[in-house]
Amino acid sequence: MSLSKEQIAQRIAKEVKDGYYVNLGIGIPTLVANFVRDDISVEFQSENGVLGMGPFPLEGEADPDVINAGKQTITTLPGASFFDSALSFGMIRGQHVDLTILGAMEVADNGDIANWKIPGKMVKGMGGAMDLVASAENIIVAMMHTNKAGESKLLTECTLPLTGVRCVKKIVTNLAVLEVTDKGFLLLERAPGVSVEEIKEATAGRLVIPDEVPEMKL
Amino acid sequence: MISKKVDSVQDALKGVQNGMTFMLGGFGLCGIPENSIAELVRLGVKDLTCISNNAGVDDFGLGLLLQKHQIKKMISSYVGENDEFERQMLSGELEVELMPQGTLAERCRAAQAGIPAFFTPAGYGTEVGEGKESRMFNGKMHILEHAFDADFAFIKAWKGDEAGNIIFKGTARNFNPNMCGAARTTVVEVEELVPAGTLDPNRIHIPGIFVQRIFQGERYEKRIEKLTVRKATS
Repeated sequence: MSLSKEQIAQRIAKEVKDGYYVNLGIGIPTLVANFVRDDISVEFQSENGVLGMGPFPLEGEADPDVINAGKQTITTLPGASFFDSALSFGMIRGQHVDLTILGAMEVADNGDIANWKIPGKMVKGMGGAMDLVASAENIIVAMMHTNKAGESKLLTECTLPLTGVRCVKKIVTNLAVLEVTDKGFLLLERAPGVSVEEIKEATAGRLVIPDEVPEMKL
Repeated sequence: MISKKVDSVQDALKGVQNGMTFMLGGFGLCGIPENSIAELVRLGVKDLTCISNNAGVDDFGLGLLLQKHQIKKMISSYVGENDEFERQMLSGELEVELMPQGTLAERCRAAQAGIPAFFTPAGYGTEVGEGKESRMFNGKMHILEHAFDADFAFIKAWKGDEAGNIIFKGTARNFNPNMCGAARTTVVEVEELVPAGTLDPNRIHIPGIFVQRIFQGERYEKRIEKLTVRKATS
């Protein structure tokens, strides 16, 4: 069985360690916050200028002056802080944020990522994604293994305009956990019930298959 | 005390002309200079270049200026959520320059701080870096980006005093502090304008030296773009 979006988020949550400052992108990455163990201390950064993001507000308690980078109303937790955009990206470029989790349209087996533009179709802009991928030491991509047309999103070379070069370290999809290495995508784990053959079939980029590929534990 | 106080939005926007370049604070609809935007619509100034992270929504924020075709060029990082914007961009009526959000913020800050240009890794190897000077620092490639050059900066703050000292609230801070003093004239509108000496100097986010004009804003709508709530039980 391939994973649901929630299960992808659940698997990625295991990569979030005690003491981490984490930036979550829009989409599946946002769900990761719901699955982080509550016995560890983690702070979520949103690049519009808040550290220590909490859950969505209760009905009637939303403050229009307190939103996340997805423009959703949010709350803050004890220890939170607000800051301006230059300081926020100083935090990101200066590598003070420990982990960046973001979505992608395509990832290449050298770590290139494309997630901001489809020429002639979708031109919304890169927002903070280019700053994040150019700077973060630790980048995990959360995405489906194939697109709606069934084509692989894990390629030898991105076909869409790039967001960043050689920056992705790890990818968690509905089928597998993969690490970007010099030899291509190293298959670390497979989704419960998904065969190595199925992953091979769905991966267009170079895939390195170790002798044993354990099933992921959620 | 050097007073920066002006009595109306009309006085605050004196000197605004066709063809000028403006910086406008805000992230989405959060912390946007609502009063200044309304006055720009009323004045009908055209051929504007607007530096702003986003372009508002169809009927609010910078979307109001787009509706009237007052904007010639937008310089932003993210422009989704606005159909009229997309239409004008795809038809070629509107020129759009997109850049990484951190680069946008730093180009404001650089203008504020008298730094003509800086190197950043953001956008290297992408179309953002095309045609730009690049250089390696500490084993990593960076591209050269320049400080913005703008005529007016329109800022929204929470509280301010007559001396132009201002304080922001929540994430309505965003680009606003970085744009103060980054243009030839900085115009600040506040929800609460108080006499000098009322605000604790320890709490000031941006000192009045970066501000030329400050005025009491009116009728803030503070529209929420994506109201997201949770159930009390969860």
